[in-house]
Amino acid sequence: MNIYVVMKQTFDTEEKIAIENGKVSEDGAKFVINPYDEYAVEEAIRIKEQSGGHVVVVSVGPERTAEALRTALAMGADEAVLIADERIPQDEYALSNALAAYFADKSPDLILGGNFSVDNGAGQVAVRLAELLKIPHVSSITKLELSGGNASVHRDAEGDLEVLQVSLPALFTAQQGLNEPRYPSLPGIMKAKKKPFRQLTLDDLGVSADSLKAKTAQIELFLPPARQAGRILQGDLPEQAAQLVELLRTQSKAI
Amino acid sequence: MSRTYLIIADHRDGKLRQVTLEALQAAKIAAREGDRITAVILGSQLTPIADELAEYPVSDIHLIEHDSLKHYNPEAYLAALSPLLESVRPDAVFTGHTAAGRDLAPSIAAKLQAGQLSDVIAIEHSGEDIVFTRPLYAGKAFEKKVFREFPWVVTVRPNNIPAAEPSGGQRAPIVKADYAPAPSLRSVVKDVVRKTTGKVDLAEAKIIVSGGRGVKSADGFKPLEELAELLNGAVGASRGACDAGYCDYALQIGQTGKVVTPEIYIACGISGAIQHLAGMSRSRIIIAINKDPEAPIFKVADYGIVGDLFEVVPLLTQEFRKVLG
Repeated sequence: MNIYVVMKQTFDTEEKIAIENGKVSEDGAKFVINPYDEYAVEEAIRIKEQSGGHVVVVSVGPERTAEALRTALAMGADEAVLIADERIPQDEYALSNALAAYFADKSPDLILGGNFSVDNGAGQVAVRLAELLKIPHVSSITKLELSGGNASVHRDAEGDLEVLQVSLPALFTAQQGLNEPRYPSLPGIMKAKKKPFRQLTLDDLGVSADSLKAKTAQIELFLPPARQAGRILQGDLPEQAAQLVELLRTQSKAI
Repeated sequence: MSRTYLIIADHRDGKLRQVTLEALQAAKIAAREGDRITAVILGSQLTPIADELAEYPVSDIHLIEHDSLKHYNPEAYLAALSPLLESVRPDAVFTGHTAAGRDLAPSIAAKLQAGQLSDVIAIEHSGEDIVFTRPLYAGKAFEKKVFREFPWVVTVRPNNIPAAEPSGGQRAPIVKADYAPAPSLRSVVKDVVRKTTGKVDLAEAKIIVSGGRGVKSADGFKPLEELAELLNGAVGASRGACDAGYCDYALQIGQTGKVVTPEIYIACGISGAIQHLAGMSRSRIIIAINKDPEAPIFKVADYGIVGDLFEVVPLLTQEFRKVLG
């Protein structure tokens, strides 16, 4: 089975965000595999361990992304591909089409990705990729079972559970609860150093930068106003509870 | 040239979802004089939903009705929508950033090779441009974006853009579209299980009562559920509570999980990790209940009660019950 994982490197979710010169500052930031993509990597490795196959992790991003891909290799992926080209704009149309160009000469049985990235949070690229490759997709899955050429998946739909059956090849995006990602082991880290790691540009993919022009543009980036700490209520607890309800009624006009 | 905006309606349990009217309002803001706003509803047994939407200012409503569309299925929905996309040739598609909308929209965008702005929380004019605001890092930062060309695809976050007002006069005509299910669907919905205990969806809830590690067990959520039910709100949770297995991941609020913007957010036994704050700090009023007076959650709370949630929450329920009758 040819399994591909499309993934992204993101800030650790415990990082605070600062803006410098109109951009999010990366100074001293800790980067991780996007948490949702990490579930996808783990799932791909588990499938390989159970029923065999080959796992390729693919990312479009800056050079620093190599670290996240190496982590995925250390977890157990077989091969990594980094599409790094400054001519690819941060726009989901462009990113998904760059990935689609990579897949043009591949025969994936299964493509896995994250439900969304914790930085941009748009949740577009993987779903767009499925449509560009003309394969079915299910997003936000919490369970995946393969049998023959079919996948049975559970999709988390705002709390509802949808059970779908999909014939392969197909693309799925991982939701929390799909699995518990492993930490890379020391032997895993050592082995990862010898695994194939390819870096590609648009020229390697045979795509012109012109065809990947962004369809959207950012015109402003800003931080939300900091919230002020409010009032800590005083008195015994029944008094505080009564006070709170009263404040919500009179001061906040919320009830 | 006149432009056409297509609204894809979202509905649940035979009722139009509020976010559809918010998407409509977003399209109204973007539309110029003479532009057309049309709507489509997909599903089965849609007449009551169409009747509801007909009260609002759309030029017409297309119904794509079939038993095979009863549940959302990405492949079937896109196939069902395709003829309409070809005949209407929308300059922009607007829908809700909901379970269905967030999944369907990127497929449409890819099909049209269009740009998409997801999870939009505000839309405004700036000179010639229509400017969209959307969160980054789950709300730790925000960006304003514009489209460079048509067509557009936009998903709007529930609870942020005011809902469109009824047109108050003429009802929009309802047009039934032909639909023959694609013979070669590769995906089938086998079952749909309603897991949410409450009736109110977390993303659209006006009041959220949320629990953290401090709830200590699945049973510990009971007083929170009681309060949420009284307030017609929803129950949420922190990653700590979900990781500890006290509740389903579907309830998780934070940078991983859902981002919510209710009127009132009641954080019970939640310490306030940065990633949790990202998911709820745009709530209008935040109430923190925590035993630890040093918990970071108090730094963002409008009102704080230092105390054991198992004492405080039932007291609050009692007080609210007095007021609400």
